[in-house]
Amino acid sequence: MITGTIFDIKKFSIHDGPGIRTTVFFKGCPLTCQWCHNPEGQKPEPELMFRASRCLKCGACVSVCTQGAISIDGDDTVTDSEQCTVCGDCVEVCYAEARESVGRQVTVPEVMAEIERDIVFYDESGGGVTFSGGEPLLQGDFLLALLLACKEQEIHTALDTCGYSSWETLNSIREHVDVFLYDLKLMDDGNHRRFTGASNELCLSNLQALSREGQNIVLRVPIIPGINDDDANIHQTAAFASTLSSLNRVDLLPYHHTAIQKYNRLDKLYGLPETRRPSDEQIADIAQTLRGLGLQVQIGG
Amino acid sequence: MPMTERVARLRQQSLEAVPTLSTERAELITEFYRQDLGPVSAPVRRALAFKYLMEHKTVCINDGELIVGEKGPAPKAAPTYPELCCHSLEDLDILNSRAKTSFVVSSEAREVYRETIIPFWQGKSIRDLIFREMTDDWKAAYECGVFTEFMEQRAPGHTVLDDKIYHKGFLDFERDIQHSLRHLDYLTDPQAYAKQEELKAMLICAGALIRFAERHAEVALELAKREKDPHRKKELERIAEVCTHVPAHPPRDFWEALQYYWFVHLGVTTELNTWDSFNPGRLDQHLYPFYTEGLEEGTLDRERAEELLQCFWIKFNNQPAPPKVGVTAAESGTYTDFALINTGGLKDDGSDAVNEVTYLILDVVEEMRLVQPSSCVQVSKKNPNRFVKRAARIIRTGFGQPSVFNTDLIVQELIRQGKSVEDARNGGSSGCVEVGAFGKECYILTGYLNMVKIFELTLNNGLDTRTGRRIGLETGDATQFESFEELFEAYEKQLNHFVDVKVRGNNVIERLYASYMPAPFLSLLIDDCIVTGKDYHDGGARYNTMYIQGVGLGTVTDSATAIKYHVFDKGTLSMEALLGVLRDNFEGHERVRQMLVNKTPKYGNDDDYADEVMVALFEAFFSAVDGRPNTKGGSYRINLLPTTVHVYFGSVAGATPDGRQAWEPLSEGVSPVQGADRRGPTAVLKSVAKMDHARTGGALLNQKFTPQLLQDDAGLGNLVHLIRTYFKLDGHHVQFNVVDAATLRAAQEHPEQYRDLIVRVAGYSDYFCDLSATLQDEIISRTEHHAF
Repeated sequence: MITGTIFDIKKFSIHDGPGIRTTVFFKGCPLTCQWCHNPEGQKPEPELMFRASRCLKCGACVSVCTQGAISIDGDDTVTDSEQCTVCGDCVEVCYAEARESVGRQVTVPEVMAEIERDIVFYDESGGGVTFSGGEPLLQGDFLLALLLACKEQEIHTALDTCGYSSWETLNSIREHVDVFLYDLKLMDDGNHRRFTGASNELCLSNLQALSREGQNIVLRVPIIPGINDDDANIHQTAAFASTLSSLNRVDLLPYHHTAIQKYNRLDKLYGLPETRRPSDEQIADIAQTLRGLGLQVQIGG
Repeated sequence: MPMTERVARLRQQSLEAVPTLSTERAELITEFYRQDLGPVSAPVRRALAFKYLMEHKTVCINDGELIVGEKGPAPKAAPTYPELCCHSLEDLDILNSRAKTSFVVSSEAREVYRETIIPFWQGKSIRDLIFREMTDDWKAAYECGVFTEFMEQRAPGHTVLDDKIYHKGFLDFERDIQHSLRHLDYLTDPQAYAKQEELKAMLICAGALIRFAERHAEVALELAKREKDPHRKKELERIAEVCTHVPAHPPRDFWEALQYYWFVHLGVTTELNTWDSFNPGRLDQHLYPFYTEGLEEGTLDRERAEELLQCFWIKFNNQPAPPKVGVTAAESGTYTDFALINTGGLKDDGSDAVNEVTYLILDVVEEMRLVQPSSCVQVSKKNPNRFVKRAARIIRTGFGQPSVFNTDLIVQELIRQGKSVEDARNGGSSGCVEVGAFGKECYILTGYLNMVKIFELTLNNGLDTRTGRRIGLETGDATQFESFEELFEAYEKQLNHFVDVKVRGNNVIERLYASYMPAPFLSLLIDDCIVTGKDYHDGGARYNTMYIQGVGLGTVTDSATAIKYHVFDKGTLSMEALLGVLRDNFEGHERVRQMLVNKTPKYGNDDDYADEVMVALFEAFFSAVDGRPNTKGGSYRINLLPTTVHVYFGSVAGATPDGRQAWEPLSEGVSPVQGADRRGPTAVLKSVAKMDHARTGGALLNQKFTPQLLQDDAGLGNLVHLIRTYFKLDGHHVQFNVVDAATLRAAQEHPEQYRDLIVRVAGYSDYFCDLSATLQDEIISRTEHHAF
């Protein structure tokens, strides 16, 4: 049976495609964008999150850990990541939910059971399901199986992707995707490598190919001050977008740093601690530039 | 349209008026009862009392008003009803001094009570009579907080008017009453004489209301004579004309229609302190013909109609709920008197009822932003989205109005209870969420039932651990139960026992009102009292329903689920250990509490494990109550709403297996436990819809959204989708708080800066700063839905 690794299923998701949706978050991503809002989606394997504020220091985790990876040091509960195998035993006994394992292996019927619970809302609102992450295309077979299962139930599907994948994978799933929410972050390849950890070549060529195939595409452009909000990048983005014949709309997503807490819980360093949300005026200016090239623009996605 | 200068001024005056306790009614009623009337039947005595009040109470016409008349001698001067319940001096001092929802009691008023009112009424009020008639079982359950009793200080009312007054004047009602009198069958109907007395009483009351209106006409003319401003002079003359014409005759225009209703409202709420106040019901339907006719004839425009409606709204806001008696007046700490104006829904032929007056009224609701009257929209699948969106835009402004009802389900509910399809479609919702066939039904809420307390008693073999009294049945030592089913059976036995006790009490109280406190004025307004010659309190209405309101469904569900899961299914905790932890109120057992809170299936997450327990508890409550006969020829039904009693009921309930600490509030309505719903609003709606709302007479659901969620059109559209989907799932009602926790916390800290902050409590909106600190905390703790 096909299984995949996901780290969340969120209901009443209303910013990832039309109507009321359920978003399934796939774990694992080929990119490591510095502004990433879902850092728990980057690693393909399950990992441990820790919320210090919830910890009762009851020691249940210490006594259950077979690796001896956990210790209580004064007011701190410390987990040695070298020793930890992310077996999840400590999560089970952590009644206060300070310890949480992110990522679980699931089957298609398990995910579908969750998705199908809200069909009545999709029907009423023109909503459906969105596959997001992480990068769903990293688990192409699992994604395809889910898409087929959704189509069998006549559920509208959206794929939130950075497009960093082989064309074969993308091509195999594309006809089951009703709308692509396609991220376009940086046009300059050097900058793309620098800030996301990978080249944008595949992302751009796949986007062009999808457009040639007439797929319904909504571009999602995060606006991150100091990284991709310069005139050059905006103009190149606009110019590129205007060549895509099947492009439906461009969504501008103003940067915000509400994910900082998640980095702390994962014991990760946040790359952009100083970056602030762009002003409404700046976003409006960028929208104007894009509209000037005849693009449909929406602020927020 | 922005408020006219007149409306802005009247509204401000209404907001600033300080609630005071007026002794006028108490003095008049005492004077009346002092008279030696000789042998007089109960209905006639009450009619003469009503007449006496209407002839002698102060006529109040405030400067600039278009709709006139006050319940007391001035705005927010609240009358009292000593014949029902007589305030003690201690009560008056509490009312005067308490921090929230206080009433100013002047030293003169206190003196009147000391000298006159208390000596005359002490031991003679209906409240005294009720407590004398109740059994020891009843008193024990009442004192331990198993149930409350609505009629111990307010009279049964809980009804709403239909369209009859817009077609008939009181002279027409008099003719109808005469007709019934002429056709009494003294030869074969043993009740003919009783009916004669009731009908005579109705006749007296009809005349009394006409006279009350005439007195307003006289005062208006007098004021007109003295008025210097020619414009106002004309208005006063017109007011005199209106008050001469209605309620004696059917209204001829929009203004007269509103003024007519208002006189009727004052009549009902002066006769007795009915629960809830009273209300015009489907106001958009009633006013539409007058509106269109006025526009066609050129005698009315939209602005004028709006101004009149706004003046009408202010009249409601001028009437605080009757001041409570008893030191534990905490049970319902609000000035709101639960007049709920319905818009939208269906016409009696089943077609879409939304019209231009619907939108006009919604404009007024948004502009006025008052806690009284309350407003709701009835949403049928046949109503246009424009209507639901218009309501959603007001909801978004964050004062909890309008609440949203599912018309198609209300019709189902009423038909299941035996109403005709037309009467069902002409009905709606009143009070908080209670359904009724407007103008034709006596539907009495009799009291709240504390399901959590009953569950707690089950766990303790009938012993109330708080008071040490054994008030329940001995259903067995919980540690000896071998299965969840055994526990559940014991709970059902306790539940049935307390419903028996409650209903026995109700049946006596019903007869006390029927025998000693008939309501001939209210009776003449509700079909078919005139035809049957019977009082509203004695089965005269076409339909007669008694309700028991279940409270704490979320808390009892999560408590029972926790036991099923941990004690019987998983074996993580023995019953003995659990009971010990509860006795200790979790002290020293925080880890266990966290397990109960976090590692247990919870109602409100579309999780069938917990939701099935909820359905079982719902069915147990339904079976214990539904279909029992009442003394008026009708039946008992259930509904699920708490007003503010979930705070009081929580304050008498020890720690519960869902992780709730002792004395904390219970869950409210059919909402999940505060904070237990973690999977977003769609999961909540799915869970809540798993009980069969069609077999209730109302189920109240609160939802809290952050303002950000609804700020754009897409957010608004999604709110409409949520509502429509919930109703597709046969949900009865949903209401929204659109305010974030940060704002509420700021308001707790700096009440002076947030005096105008209005929030949804439970079935009604109220000023946040008027709520008790516990209730404020409870509202803050409700799960806040935001977007993902």
